[in-house]
Amino acid sequence: MDLTLKIWRQKGPNDKGRLETYQVKATEEMSFLEMLDVLNQQLIEEKKDPVAFDHDCREGICGACSMVINGRAHGPQKATTTCQLHMRHFKDGDTITVEPFRADSFPAVKDLVVDRSAFDRIIQAGGYISVNTGQAPDGNDIPIEKGIASKAFDAAACIGCGACVAACPNASAMLFTSAKVSHLSLLPQGAVEGERRAQLMVNQMDKEGFGNCSNTGACEVECPKEISISNIARLNRQFIKSSLSTDKVVE
Amino acid sequence: MIKLDPKIPKGPLAEKWTNYKGTMNLVAPNNKRNIEIIIVGTGLAGASAAATLGELGYKVKVFTFHDSPRRAHSIAAQGGINAAKNYQNDGDSVYRLFYDTIKGGDYRSREANVYRLAEVSANIIDQCVAQGVPFAREYGGLLANRSFGGVQVSRTFYARGQTGQQLLIGAYSALSRQVASGQVELYSRHEMLDVVKVDGKARGIIARNLITGELERHAAHCVVLASGGYGNVFYLSTNAMGSNVSAAWRAVKRGALMANPCYTQIHPTCIPVSGSYQSKLTLMSESLRNDGRVWVPKHKDDVEAIRNGNKSPNDIHEEDRDYYLERRYPAFGNLVPRDVASRAAKQACDKGHGVNKTGLAVFLDFGSAIQRYGKSEAYKHGIENPDQKTIEKYGKQVVEQKYGNLFEMYEKITGDNPYETPMKIYPAVHYTMGGLWVDYNLETNIPGLFSLGEANFSDHGANRLGASALMQGLADGYFVIPYTIGQFLSHEIRTPKIANDTQEFIDAEKSVTDRIDKVFSVNGNKSVESFHRELGLIMWEYCGMSRNAEGLQKALGLIRELREEYWKDVFVPGSKDEYNPELEKALRVADFMELGEMMVKDALNREESAGGHFREEYQTEEGEAMRNDEEFAYVAAWEWNETDEAVLHKEPLKFENVELKVRSYK
Amino acid sequence: MSWFSRFFVSSIGRKLIMGLTGLFLILFLVIHLIGNLQLLNDDEGFSFNTYAYFMTHNGLIKTVSIGLYFFIILHAIQGIVITIANRKARRSRYAVANTQITSWAARNMAILGILILAFLFMHMGDFWLKMKLGHLDMVKYEGFDVPVNDLYSRVYTAFNVWWIVLVYIIGQIALYFHLKHGFASAFQTLGWNHPKYTPIIKGIGIIYSIIIPLGFALIPLYIYFVK
Repeated sequence: MDLTLKIWRQKGPNDKGRLETYQVKATEEMSFLEMLDVLNQQLIEEKKDPVAFDHDCREGICGACSMVINGRAHGPQKATTTCQLHMRHFKDGDTITVEPFRADSFPAVKDLVVDRSAFDRIIQAGGYISVNTGQAPDGNDIPIEKGIASKAFDAAACIGCGACVAACPNASAMLFTSAKVSHLSLLPQGAVEGERRAQLMVNQMDKEGFGNCSNTGACEVECPKEISISNIARLNRQFIKSSLSTDKVVE
Repeated sequence: MIKLDPKIPKGPLAEKWTNYKGTMNLVAPNNKRNIEIIIVGTGLAGASAAATLGELGYKVKVFTFHDSPRRAHSIAAQGGINAAKNYQNDGDSVYRLFYDTIKGGDYRSREANVYRLAEVSANIIDQCVAQGVPFAREYGGLLANRSFGGVQVSRTFYARGQTGQQLLIGAYSALSRQVASGQVELYSRHEMLDVVKVDGKARGIIARNLITGELERHAAHCVVLASGGYGNVFYLSTNAMGSNVSAAWRAVKRGALMANPCYTQIHPTCIPVSGSYQSKLTLMSESLRNDGRVWVPKHKDDVEAIRNGNKSPNDIHEEDRDYYLERRYPAFGNLVPRDVASRAAKQACDKGHGVNKTGLAVFLDFGSAIQRYGKSEAYKHGIENPDQKTIEKYGKQVVEQKYGNLFEMYEKITGDNPYETPMKIYPAVHYTMGGLWVDYNLETNIPGLFSLGEANFSDHGANRLGASALMQGLADGYFVIPYTIGQFLSHEIRTPKIANDTQEFIDAEKSVTDRIDKVFSVNGNKSVESFHRELGLIMWEYCGMSRNAEGLQKALGLIRELREEYWKDVFVPGSKDEYNPELEKALRVADFMELGEMMVKDALNREESAGGHFREEYQTEEGEAMRNDEEFAYVAAWEWNETDEAVLHKEPLKFENVELKVRSYK
Repeated sequence: MSWFSRFFVSSIGRKLIMGLTGLFLILFLVIHLIGNLQLLNDDEGFSFNTYAYFMTHNGLIKTVSIGLYFFIILHAIQGIVITIANRKARRSRYAVANTQITSWAARNMAILGILILAFLFMHMGDFWLKMKLGHLDMVKYEGFDVPVNDLYSRVYTAFNVWWIVLVYIIGQIALYFHLKHGFASAFQTLGWNHPKYTPIIKGIGIIYSIIIPLGFALIPLYIYFVK
């Protein structure tokens, strides 16, 4: 199939950036990233600068790939990362616009690559259970109800790709933050420091400059792991409770 | 020849580790504060080591080329993690896990290391549960297990099909906690490009800031490499695109030894290559072989018809199908171990029976399973004489419950509906058992240079059992290195902070700069990618699922030629002072080419068939692998030298606790 | 910063204010509509005008109405602050806008809010302010002790002007969209999300967001076309 690609090119954080148009031939079996590989080979052969994009596992789990395709984070398919998106979902003659995940908290690096280290800092603020290696009791000492474990898993399935931020009209990171808070606080071993965690992680999220959640639900639709906004409600609950009802003040 | 001392503690096998821990040298907390450790890699092994060493009070710097530690390829492991917990009361024990691992590795691993691995396996589960890893549970709230290939007990813990992801997130969060506390400094988007040795000891690295292109010198009292395996030497593999050998290879270029590089695990059930643009291969879980039947058409005209699309696989009559695994291995059938299943698929395709356009695919068919399940399910619903439609409806329901997510993934990638038409699968490179040679302390032959996880060679011998990679990575990081690193560091408490402006660092940085300049200066016409693909084809053809002396000799020549061509004709766009993924790849591929040569030499040297290494000359009349314990029960540790002639060093393997046997699946 | 102010400037704290004030206004709308429906009584404005008198002279109601004005302003200010922060969170816009996965209402809460606020100013200026400044005629009803403002007549005068009716209709359409997203959204913000009850809340929200603006819109339409 013959495709027209309009790809966001930006030399670096200080460059303004613009959409540039390319022609590429693809086949239906290719993944979207393989189609970009073909384009890059073409560009290299012409001694031009290839398009930079983040990618690694190419099986939908590492969370590295990150592009907005025709306005949709990770493209039009449900529960699919860009690397799992295949060209059979496009037609011969299509024009496809490819942009980076845009958010001021995800500063541009180059072309389609952005810096998502804000997510790491949110995790560092409190996205863990404070247990040192070797301190653990036997794995079966605390029974965890199957449904609870399963719910915790649903939240833990987050791959940290940032599609929630990219898709949110407000560039809010609430789905990411709430997924992590939910994963840990649903489990008894993580509930111990649940209130403190909610405080610390939300504070960091705010500090990073993400927007505010206005419950549009865009994140839930675009999340490749289909993480539910019920997690956001849980975080709201925990944050409100921990702010207003405990006698502790988290600094 | 370097004398390789594995430093295995004395005493009975079961007491070695306990006694060793009890008597080893320690570093006092006030000294730990002043000791710096560099860790390269943030997968299961690297992240768990960094977190634990940080908790202990060492000053840790951890490096990853990814934008976040959480992207390391450990994240893609699906199946599970083994541990000798015996929660199922089915007779599991530390010894049994040890024995299964030694036997699964075709008797080519070190007894003491494997026993220690089995011993600490139980602690790993406890640790991960405490960190909040949401393992699968029973209704009673206790941990669930499943069984995996090659063993008779149920000892695999799992978190749906994403166990690796959940374990890595656990290690990553523990690491993040240390980063927040200031014990660990995190350098993401930094790639290690050299190890710096001072007075023979590893004292630092040269890293490139991948965003700015700047080279940085980082000094420390010791260096730990946990940089993963080298399966991407084959270009196409189930590894991530960025997985590479460079960190380990840089160590080799500084004198570390590469052990058993030819041991490569080929996984039998992957989605086949669909065209020349293909960038990576996707694994389909081994569990599919429980119900799927592997076959190819008996007749070539049927093969042709399927390839042309004139016939669908469902048109081929039962008597015209060759269920070759069931035919050749009646006792194990479709459930033979990975290496056996992979070779059989290759043989079928080599004979021209491959069922896709490229001729490199076999069918994995759930038709029989759907029929079987459908009938029994219909019976359960009180239908005595179900019609075909009812059977299929119920059968598909059962198959969906068991394998729904895998079927979905398959359909996403191929566009075929595996409920209607059989899956096409083909073996693919999955894991490398070989790696940096390390002793019992996980220290390489360079003092102060340690290696963990897939990057070292230590525990899996010639073949790794399913669900053991995660176990080894975390064992090394959480429970082994925090102790054994003290054996080295306890002698370093008087060593002041290592300076990074000494001649050694200046020289190392210069050599990296030269290497980068050199690759730009070629300014040829071919892309890095095209060389990588060519290398992959050579490796797959001659040093893949089966090998022979003639092919390996030929491969040596081909790789040499490719290397020469590379340095004459490669083209790297852009400059070194910017974010430049092509430059990153160029340096990695250059290393892969050198490694590839060493793999071929190792494969040539090992004149036997063991685990993932199958030499066609050494097989039984029925085509089964033939080990040679008399001559090859050793670790082949290779030294690189400047004349490009790798030197072999041998570490004999002593088996005092298990009896060496031949594996048979007939 | 004290825990109190820190909470209320945090992203979730701000949203809590939006949610709580929103829910209060939702309650207010119900009462306001019930009261206003008295305009349709065929009694020369007796019930409506005496109701208006009660609402402006009862001590408790007066106190609550101060709260109401405060909450409206708070809701508006917070909304504007949040919207500005949200726009700052993404200064470079997408070339291809994603409009397929979210509702128009959810994306345009701020614009709708501003429209409603503007409408509110006009609405208050037209009736409430005129009454407060004493510009209305007084009327004395039998059976009622004191003369009262004839707000009823003022409303009828206004709603016989076609463009005022049109403005009211537009205001109610804006209110419909604002409520359509706002109603269920407020519960989500308070953390009330439950697999069993959330669908019910959403259902009620839809019904509410139709009935209330429709009720309000019927009054000018009825007066313009029927009376």
